[in-house]
Amino acid sequence: MADPILSVRDLHTQFHGREGIVRAVDGVDFDVFEGRTLGVVGESGCGKSVTARSILGIVDRPGRVMGGQILLRPQGGGPPVDLATLPQAAMRRIRGPEIALVFQEPMASFSQHYTIGNQITEAILLHMGLGKRAARARAIELLDMVGVPQPDRRIDEYPFQLSGGLRQRVMIAMALACDPRVLIADEPTTALDVTTQAQILDLLRDLQQKRGLAIILITHDMGVIAEMAHDVAVMYLGRAVETGPVQDIFNRPRHPYTRALLRSIPTVMARPRTRLPTIEGSIPHPFDRPRGCAYHPRCSEKLGAVCETHEPPPIDTEHRQVRCFLHGGIPGAPPGTQP
Amino acid sequence: MSGSDIILDVRGLKKHFPIRRGLLRRLSGQVRAVDGVSFSIRRGETLALVGESGCGKTTAARCILRAIPPSAGAVNFTIDGRTVDLATLPRRQLRPLRRHMQMVFQDPYSSLNPRMVVGDIIGEPLLINGMANRAERRARVTQLMELVQLPSAYFNRFPHAFSGGQRQRIGIARALALNPGLIVADEPVSALDVSVQAQILNLMLDLQDRLGLTYLFVAHDLSVVKHVSDRVAVMYVGRIVELAETETLYRRPLHPYTEALLSAAPTPVPGAISSRIVLEREIADPANPPPGCPFHPRCRYATDMCRSEVPQLQEVEPGRWVSCHRAGELGLAGVG
Repeated sequence: MADPILSVRDLHTQFHGREGIVRAVDGVDFDVFEGRTLGVVGESGCGKSVTARSILGIVDRPGRVMGGQILLRPQGGGPPVDLATLPQAAMRRIRGPEIALVFQEPMASFSQHYTIGNQITEAILLHMGLGKRAARARAIELLDMVGVPQPDRRIDEYPFQLSGGLRQRVMIAMALACDPRVLIADEPTTALDVTTQAQILDLLRDLQQKRGLAIILITHDMGVIAEMAHDVAVMYLGRAVETGPVQDIFNRPRHPYTRALLRSIPTVMARPRTRLPTIEGSIPHPFDRPRGCAYHPRCSEKLGAVCETHEPPPIDTEHRQVRCFLHGGIPGAPPGTQP
Repeated sequence: MSGSDIILDVRGLKKHFPIRRGLLRRLSGQVRAVDGVSFSIRRGETLALVGESGCGKTTAARCILRAIPPSAGAVNFTIDGRTVDLATLPRRQLRPLRRHMQMVFQDPYSSLNPRMVVGDIIGEPLLINGMANRAERRARVTQLMELVQLPSAYFNRFPHAFSGGQRQRIGIARALALNPGLIVADEPVSALDVSVQAQILNLMLDLQDRLGLTYLFVAHDLSVVKHVSDRVAVMYVGRIVELAETETLYRRPLHPYTEALLSAAPTPVPGAISSRIVLEREIADPANPPPGCPFHPRCRYATDMCRSEVPQLQEVEPGRWVSCHRAGELGLAGVG
C-alpha cells in the first residue's frame, strides 16, 4: 500500500474544566489512505467527533490538543506536516483545500441568513482565486455533481427551503468546493431517513471513486461502517481499542468490546422477537474513567487484576492493532507465554 | 381474529392540520398527516408502526391516546370487558381511562422532570390516581424499580445522575405504575447507544411476557422492529401501505416501499449491499400528495393506473394487508 495521506499518532485531546480533566481523546493512532474510507466507530463519549475536530484544529474551548502528531503528507511528496503544531494562520490553508468536514446536522451548520450559493462561493472566493462569476459557475457545477436537481435555481435558495437530504448534499458540495484530498464526514447520515441515507452513502462512494478522496467516516452505526469502510477504528472512551481492515474487524473481531458490540446490534436478518446479547452496564461518565483498561468493568472476558490496574498497550499484528491483554502486553510476562 | 381479544381497534383514523395564510388566516390547505389509518391490536401482542419522518406514525400514536384530537375515525379501546371510542369520548370520561394506556417517550433526557427525584417521578401517577399513603406508594415504587432493574437505592437521586439507558428504565417504570393494558412506545430506543439499546429492548420483551402488556411500538428502524414485534404496519404519507406478521413482511414484502425500506436498512455484514434499491426523489409532501398512489413518483414498478387511481388497503391473504395496485404480481425481494 502507498503511504497514507494522513497519519494520526498518539493523539491526546483534553478538556480542562472546573470539575476536572476530561481525556476525550487519549492516545489514538490511525492512517488514512487515498481512495479509501476509514470508518471510526464508537458510542457516545468515545471521542470520535473530538478526534475529527482535533485533526482540523477546531476543538471547542476549553479543549486542547495536548500531545501526539497529526501528519499530513503534502501533495507531490515532501516531508509530512504536523497539523498538531501548525499555527492557526497556516491551518486556514489546510481546512478546505486539504481537509474538509461534513457535519451531522446540516441545518445547524448553515447560516440561515445567506443563500446556499453565498455559502458555497465564500470558500471558493477565499481559497481558489476565482472571480465572482466563475465562483458561482463552480458552485452550480458542485451542486450538480452532488445530485441537487435544478442547481442553477437552487443556488439562490436558503437552507430552510431544502429537505434534510438536499441540505446534506449541499453540505457535501460545500466541503468539496476547494477540492480537498481528505473528507471527514461526522455522522453524515444520522439525522436522515434510511432511504435518504442510502442516497447519501451512494453519493459519497461515487465521489470517492471519481476523485480518489480519502474519507474518514465517523459513525455509531456498525451497519454504515460495514457498507462504507475499507478500514475500521473501533473507539471506546478516547482510545482506538481495535483497528484493522473491515472484513477482519467484522469476521474476526479481537477486542472483547468489538465482539460484544457486534453481537448486540439489531439486524433485519434476526428471527422476530429474539433477545439480543447485551453489554453489561453503561458507558462511564468521562470524569469517572475506570483505571486500567477503561472497558474492564463491562468486559465479559476480563483476565483479572491486570485489566484493572494496567492499560493494555497496542499490540500490532499484520495490518491490525488491538489494545487488550488477551492478545499480549501483560507487564512482566515473558513474550510467548501470554494467553 | 376473534373480537374478544382485541384491545385496540383503530378505524379510518384521520388527522388533518389546517394551513392558514395571510392577514385573515384564511384556510389555504390541509396537511393530511394521518389520512385514514385502520388496524387492530390483540391483547398481549406488539404491533409496530414504522415509517420515515413525516409519515404520520407519531401523529397517529398521539391521536390514539387522545393527546391530540383526531379529525375523524374511531379508536375503540377495550378494557375490563367494556369498549369505548376514545376518539369521541368527552374529556371527563376519558380521564379515568388514561391509567390503562401509557406512553414511553423517545428522549429520556427531556421526558423526565429534572427537579424531581426518581422515586417521585415514578410515583407521581400513583399520587394523581389516589394512592395518598406515602409508605404504600414507596413500596409500589420500589417494586417498579426492581421490575425495570434499577437499584432501589437510587430512589432519591435526580435524573441528571443517570445514563440514557437508566433514564429510559425510569420512563418505563413510570408508564407501568398504574398497571396499564396498553403501552404506546414512541421510538423508545432510538436515542440510546447501541450497547444500551439491546438492554432496553430485552427489558420490554421480558416485561411483556411477565405482565401481559400490549405494545404499540412506533419506530423508524426496521432492525429494531424485527426484534420486538409480532406484526408490522408500514406507513407512507399518512397511510398504511402494508401490514403483516413480522416474519412474513420481512421475508416476502408485497409493497414496493417496504421492499425499498428493507433494502436500505444497513446490515452489519461487509460487502452485503450489492443489490440495494436506492429510491429516487424524496418523500411526498402530505400537504400536497401526488395524485394516485402517493408512492408512485418513487416507485420503480409504477404503471399508468398508479399515477391516477389511489390504491386501497386490502386483505390479500389472511392477515396480510397491502395497498398496491400490483400487489402479488411483482415478486419483491425481502430479507432474513
